[in-house]
Amino acid sequence: MSDFLTVSVLLATIASAIRLATPFLLAALGETIGQRSGVLNLGVEGVMLLGAYGAYYATLRTDSVMFGILISLVVGGVMGIAYGVVTLALRAEQGISGIGIFIFGLGLSDLLFQKQVGTPTPIDGLGDVAIPLLGDLPVVGEVLFHQNALVYVAFLLVPVLWFVINRTPFGLNVRAVGETPEAADSLGVSVNRTRYITIIVGNAMAGLAGGALALELGIFQQNLTNGHGFIAIALVYFGAWRPIGVMAGAMVFGLVSATVLQWKTLGIVVGTTASIVGMFPAVLTILVLVLVSRRTGQPSALTRPFQRGH
Amino acid sequence: MARLAGPGVLIGAVLAAALIGAIMLLILGANPLSGYGALFDGAFGSTKNLANSALKAMPLLLVGAGISVAFRTGVINIGGEGQIIAGAILSTLVVLAIPDLPRFLLLPTAFLFGAIGGAIWGGMAGALKSYAGVNEILSTIMLNIIAVQIMNLLLRGPLMDPGEIERGSRIPHTERLSTNADLPILPGGTRLHLGVLVAVAMAVLCYVVLFRTTQGLRLRASGHNPFASLYAGMSVKRNVVLAFVYSGAMCGLAGVTLVFGSEGHRLATDGGATTFTGAAGFNGIVAALFGGLHPIWTIPASFLFGALLVGANALQREVQVPAALIQALNGLVVVFVVGSLQARLRLSRAASEMGREDELSDTDAADGERTSGKAVPP
Repeated sequence: MSDFLTVSVLLATIASAIRLATPFLLAALGETIGQRSGVLNLGVEGVMLLGAYGAYYATLRTDSVMFGILISLVVGGVMGIAYGVVTLALRAEQGISGIGIFIFGLGLSDLLFQKQVGTPTPIDGLGDVAIPLLGDLPVVGEVLFHQNALVYVAFLLVPVLWFVINRTPFGLNVRAVGETPEAADSLGVSVNRTRYITIIVGNAMAGLAGGALALELGIFQQNLTNGHGFIAIALVYFGAWRPIGVMAGAMVFGLVSATVLQWKTLGIVVGTTASIVGMFPAVLTILVLVLVSRRTGQPSALTRPFQRGH
Repeated sequence: MARLAGPGVLIGAVLAAALIGAIMLLILGANPLSGYGALFDGAFGSTKNLANSALKAMPLLLVGAGISVAFRTGVINIGGEGQIIAGAILSTLVVLAIPDLPRFLLLPTAFLFGAIGGAIWGGMAGALKSYAGVNEILSTIMLNIIAVQIMNLLLRGPLMDPGEIERGSRIPHTERLSTNADLPILPGGTRLHLGVLVAVAMAVLCYVVLFRTTQGLRLRASGHNPFASLYAGMSVKRNVVLAFVYSGAMCGLAGVTLVFGSEGHRLATDGGATTFTGAAGFNGIVAALFGGLHPIWTIPASFLFGALLVGANALQREVQVPAALIQALNGLVVVFVVGSLQARLRLSRAASEMGREDELSDTDAADGERTSGKAVPP
């Protein structure tokens, strides 16, 4: 334990926490924008798995990480269109269709991996990018500004998403559609068009989150995400549907994951105790949900399909 | 939810999924006809294959029957995986503790403690929903992850087969459990064992509880309209917990059949999240939805999906496409079944009033609240 409490190890842990928070953050921000428009997407986990596989496979075949990232976005976007058709055009129950998407993603990513790759082959993941000037700062520079590109993208999306939701006409539409779709409709806002956009963007971000995870680990395997997507949904509740709160939650989970990893590396946890710390994120999620259960701010129209004249 | 039943749509959903599966087979360079031929043959081709299909269906049926109870009470239980594991662990512990009890006592004891294990694991999600306002979909998924880790911890630690430790191979499984707890093989020369009959009996029991008892009426009422149920003096919170307890107990029994009906007669894992359960906790949901959330109709539905899973292995051998294809198609079936709901609703409205209980849950708002974590009134 004393090995853990040294400055260099703690700084390395924080740097790794930021990196590990990134997939949570990307997926949770995507879920946030969807939920603000009144659509619950429980298929995040499945979409993340497909995005992760897409990014992994594309990178494996072309050696281009950028192409891998692009593929994960496209895969997520396509799943978004599909989820939009199911929940908006067909008005299917969002909870159960999300579970269907999850099972589909779990099966399909495993199928494609077994068929196209077979044996786990590592890929070169994302390299770190040092930000000029800021990266030269003592301590902070090393921790915050020597990260991979997706880390910067994810954390920059926090203010961007806040701005879009709270300060743009489109964001106003999103909030209106999520709170009182009937009123929005009567003012000429197309409820379903707004929701299609948020769902597609949200799912693309879930796909990207999966890609970030696969490229961070440099590997793919069956059920790679192991609950990341569901934790991301819990983070939206934790963050009270606000990007900044979601970021705080993602950092908490990043820190927990990084600490666990660091402990394993240092040999503080070995063998069977690894299973105990493997439960941490799940236990933490339940505790977090208990703590935030009285939280208000849930979009009023969440999970309610819109139908004119109802 | 009762509206989910409807043979036309169900067949349509399977055909649509099969069509997409055929396209996927083509893309993966396999002949869909020989693929599906192998699948059909592997699932139904011989007495042995039929028996294997029934064995695969057994945990799906137990999970599915339990999930029908939960869904009709208005709660979504995706915790089947964790509840199966909890039941398997508790029954294994009990059998390890008292291995010499005579068979006619040990086997029922194993089933009892399996049900208790699953009920505790499910009940936790119910209590979290009722008394702490935690969305059950998220809590059950997290409880699944926790259960898997506990199983790995036990099988790599205190429960590991002493023989494995001696040999140094350290495969994470228990010793061969007491022969007195083996599920007896049914006559007929197949691998079919008592577990299959238990599963069918439990599905019938779920039907009776749900549709022929006051308690079942209360559960369904809570699912249809929690506010009216509260007004009528029912404790909706209590019903939610109860539904999870019933549902979890069924999954726990599935865990018992998977341990004591397995060929190795032991609890085994390879560390993967779904290896022990064979993803029965998820596939049971598919079977339940396909059975219209009706425990009796879940019997043939489970058999169908069990057969598909068995056939998938034959497909893998024959055309070298991984069996995970069927898992992916199962997800599509779920999406298609719920996706077709509204379309059918419009048809049925046009065709006049369909059924009484169907209309009760007809508003979209009530459906929505079911998943939003707000279904339990104060």
